[in-house]
Amino acid sequence: MNGKNYYSRRFFLKTSGALAALAAIPATVKSFYMDAKRLIIPPRQKQPLIVKVNKQTHKLDVDTRTTLLDLLREDLHLTGTKKGCDHGQCGACTVHVNGERVLSCLTLAATLPGKEVTTIEGLADGDQLHPMQAAFLECDGFQCGYCTPGQIMSAVACVKEGHTKSVAEIKEFMSGNLCRCGAYNGIVASIQKVAK
Amino acid sequence: MKPFSFSKSDKVSKALSAKKEAVQFLAGGTNLVDLMKKNIAVPDGLIDITAVLSDKVEAQSGSTRIGAMVRNSALATDPQILAKNPLVAKAVLAGASPQIRNMASTAGNLLQRTRCPYFYETSTPCNKRKPGSGCSALHGEQRMSAIIGYNDACVAVHPSDLCIALAALGASVNVTDKGNKQLVIPFKDFHKLPESTPDLDNHLPKDAIITSVDIPDNPFNKHFAYVKLRDRDSYAFALVSVAAALDLDGTRIKEARLASGGVAHKPWRWQKAEQYLKGKEANAATFHAAAAIVADEVKPLPGNGFKKVMLMGAIETALQHCLTA
Ligand SMILES: Cc1cc2nc3c(=O)[nH]c(=O)nc-3n(C[C@H](O)[C@H](O)[C@H](O)COP(=O)(O)OP(=O)(O)OC[C@H]3O[C@@H](n4cnc5c(N)ncnc54)[C@H](O)[C@@H]3O)c2cc1C
Ligand code: FES
Ligand code: FES
Repeated sequence: MNGKNYYSRRFFLKTSGALAALAAIPATVKSFYMDAKRLIIPPRQKQPLIVKVNKQTHKLDVDTRTTLLDLLREDLHLTGTKKGCDHGQCGACTVHVNGERVLSCLTLAATLPGKEVTTIEGLADGDQLHPMQAAFLECDGFQCGYCTPGQIMSAVACVKEGHTKSVAEIKEFMSGNLCRCGAYNGIVASIQKVAK
Repeated sequence: MKPFSFSKSDKVSKALSAKKEAVQFLAGGTNLVDLMKKNIAVPDGLIDITAVLSDKVEAQSGSTRIGAMVRNSALATDPQILAKNPLVAKAVLAGASPQIRNMASTAGNLLQRTRCPYFYETSTPCNKRKPGSGCSALHGEQRMSAIIGYNDACVAVHPSDLCIALAALGASVNVTDKGNKQLVIPFKDFHKLPESTPDLDNHLPKDAIITSVDIPDNPFNKHFAYVKLRDRDSYAFALVSVAAALDLDGTRIKEARLASGGVAHKPWRWQKAEQYLKGKEANAATFHAAAAIVADEVKPLPGNGFKKVMLMGAIETALQHCLTA
């Protein structure tokens, strides 16, 4: 799958969707829409931005409204970080900023210069999984996997903060990460394994 | 989200001169960014103030000063807070999640908006969101609504946990206004009742900035408790919460503090019950009587009668925990 003709499923979905949508809209309708939009909606404001993600520095021009979550997924194509609720209520978007766990959906990208972001993609050391990633595999810390990147980022911080003295403490300090599959017991077991 | 300009300030005076009604300060963003996504807050510009305000807890003579930018997680683990005002740490840890506490600032916590479902549902009337449109909760879903201090204009409650501890401990809020004048607002006068202006949550002067919060030295660092009852065990706002603290002389109560969240438009002090507790023996009968005094004061809405019973239980439990904590 690593040949040069490889296109990802995500690339296919994006481009085929966009092409189909373009073809379906007559040019006049489109230009009318663009004119109306310019009248009603205030123009977006872009700013140059330098951010460091997973030890790599990126120079971008972004809309001031961009959240860290959208920056990661849409601009940097780091789609490991997931959008669950987009309102701070589920923890799926958890990443580390300066080594602390935060919610990327409530972090504006414009606040990031000078800070270091680590995402799930930056956790492993080459092909060597981070101990927490390995523990999640071993302890069945996930089912569908959607909440998992957020769970793992949160779990790594939970161990680092030292909130692992009992099952109750782990559960309390992992309460910001919801799992609709209910993989909680495996998640707690993974954290206990790494904390030992 | 409406497009907006973004700037980062490096001085309080600069932040204040850039501040206008349509331009808002941004601290942790955990409330403001959320409200902007829902088009409830629609600022033309944001001023990032994270670099201009103190993020330190400092001992003053006679008080402890919490910088406006002290993050909730740092506040809950600060050695001075744990030694002198552990009730504050308890309350903070009962709120939100570790991720949100890492982001949320002290000042932002004071200024967070209500969690009334109608405030968040922009298709429904809400006097707090759109003055004059009416209060949907008055005849609607009232599980999260007030049981004291409300009126026909608004039955929303203040959602903070930290503020309940600060109210109990008689804190004060240090503010610099737009003209660079410094003001001290006692905590009890900081948040307000709905009156005819439920769109305003507090008495912070227009365009002013909170610089710090002071907690006077107090004898409440030995016998204290924070009890929070909610729809799930963690990561949920309070249905009712109780901050309790006792200053004991043997088994006799020298002084008591009792405050609640989830009950009113502002953090609520139960002063009648505090008065009653003064000089009494600290035992179950006394605590039950104090809870009964509170129960007499509240007036639940048709949809939240359960909160009265819940609150009585929470008060008795919190006072009991003061003896064992
Ligand atoms: C899912 C979720 C659950 C939560 N659960 C709880 C809970 O259980 N208990 C609880 O107490 N809280 C809870 N919170 C709320 C959270 O604590 C607040 O959102 C947070 O404290 C706000 O702080 P901030 O720094 O992020 O504020 P921001 O969102 O940055 O700002 C909030 C407001 O304060 C203004 N502001 C900020 N700093 C200053 C200043 N120094 N001077 C003047 N104005 C200022 C801003 O302009 C803005 O209007 C929860 C939040 C979420 C998203
Ligand atoms: S997507 Fe950020 S908390 Fe749900
Ligand atoms: S594994 Fe499916 S949501 Fe958690």
